Amino acid sequence: MPAHMDAIEVHGLTKRYGETLAVDAIEFAVPAGATVGLLGGNGAGKTTTIAMLLGLLIPSAGRIHVLGYDMARDRFAALARMNFSSPYVSLPQRLSVAENLRVYGHLYNVNGLEGRLAELAGELDLGELLDRPAGKLSAGQKTRVALAKALINRPEVLLLDEPTASLDPDTGDWVRTWLEHYRDESGCTILLASHNMAEVERLCSRVLMLKQGRIVDQGSPPELLDRYGRQDMEEVFLDIARNRRRAA
Amino acid sequence: MTRPAMRRIWGLLYRHLVLYRRSWPRLLELCYWPVLQMCIWGFTARFLMARIGSPAALAGATLLGGVLLWEVALRSQMGVALSFLEEMWSRNLGHIFVSPMRPWELVSAMIIMSMIRMFAGIIPAIAVAWLLYAYNLFALGPVLALFFMNLMIMGWAVALGVVSLILRHGAGAEALAWSVLFGLTPFSAVFYPVSVLPHALQPVALALPSAHVFEGMRAIVLNGVVRWDHLAAAFALNAVWLAAAAVLFARQFRQARLRGALISIGE
Repeated sequence: MPAHMDAIEVHGLTKRYGETLAVDAIEFAVPAGATVGLLGGNGAGKTTTIAMLLGLLIPSAGRIHVLGYDMARDRFAALARMNFSSPYVSLPQRLSVAENLRVYGHLYNVNGLEGRLAELAGELDLGELLDRPAGKLSAGQKTRVALAKALINRPEVLLLDEPTASLDPDTGDWVRTWLEHYRDESGCTILLASHNMAEVERLCSRVLMLKQGRIVDQGSPPELLDRYGRQDMEEVFLDIARNRRRAA
Repeated sequence: MTRPAMRRIWGLLYRHLVLYRRSWPRLLELCYWPVLQMCIWGFTARFLMARIGSPAALAGATLLGGVLLWEVALRSQMGVALSFLEEMWSRNLGHIFVSPMRPWELVSAMIIMSMIRMFAGIIPAIAVAWLLYAYNLFALGPVLALFFMNLMIMGWAVALGVVSLILRHGAGAEALAWSVLFGLTPFSAVFYPVSVLPHALQPVALALPSAHVFEGMRAIVLNGVVRWDHLAAAFALNAVWLAAAAVLFARQFRQARLRGALISIGE
């Protein structure tokens, strides 16, 4: 996809569950090759937004285009070129790591699947894990395997829901370094939902601040720090979450 | 069918087949119940023959044929429902539904898997019937293939209904995967003709494809005739049942996407 185009375009996206408005007419675009963070407290609408982007959830109103495909009509064409990772969605526990990756290699119609497996095993240091059942891995190992699954089809758009949740600082840093490397090498567009402000500050060129289903602020991390007169994104997050007035 | 579609179906089949490759308890479970059923009803038929004599031989043959053929429907239904439940239990549905796999490809994979599971369960039971009781199911003739086909289709239709209910009501509906077809046994005329049922219940029985299959089976065993009218009725009813189940599944799948149930199903 050309670098000047938007990989994700969202217009008036709304999700209503009965009387509850989970996402309220949000608008945003993610340029191709950019990493954008979706920030917000619990119940802010991050997971609902990601679920709608993935076609898991039908919006109540609004339009989503991913890689130029209208998700309401051509979601399968877009899904073949996307992928997703979340610590809250498991892989079959009794299958080995290699078997799990083979399953998803087939689902995404990956050519030269065994070669791709070997490539991912090398890049993500999975060599010794390939024959182990997915259910017998540590949290850090599971995260690496989940990343391998998410990259099996060399996605052009990657949606990550809290990719480093419950990881120790060392493993979390390893994952962030690897994501930076992958993004720079592949030109992949990444939309990242996270509660880890340091992670967002490090990885994201732009941040969307969600609160009660609305985008209440957005900008690059330095812009937001400057706007709120804060030293780090955690303080910006708290200012927005607690309705504190902007410092500048 | 396109090559990518076939690969996606194979991907899901592979996911289930590798589980059987390394787990003998899973393999045993496939044939355990059909073989157990065959043992219980086989010895019952043998006992009746010893007490009553030759009239019981025909009754025994219809009994054993009924047991084996009803297992075809049961295993087909459970095969589809279990494939779906396995994905739900392993919390893997989220990954499947955000892959390019279409719902009809998912259903096709579950149906193929149910056929594999059904044959893996039924073939040992047929062998036990032949070895222990000298009962040859294949003596029913080539029409047996049509009986199998009808009972499998009915099983798939019921299973799609069960999966639809799981999509609608979540894990709370999973017990239906084991019980719903058992509930149809009294009306399916497996061990007795439809005419035995009270008049008010006979239309219910005749609305089931299985009742026509078993009437057809008894016509061959008892009278040596193939009742094509019953077979035609079974195929016609199956077409209606399968179409209704497909519509229900498509509707519940869309409703699940509207309600957000695909995100939390199984929790």
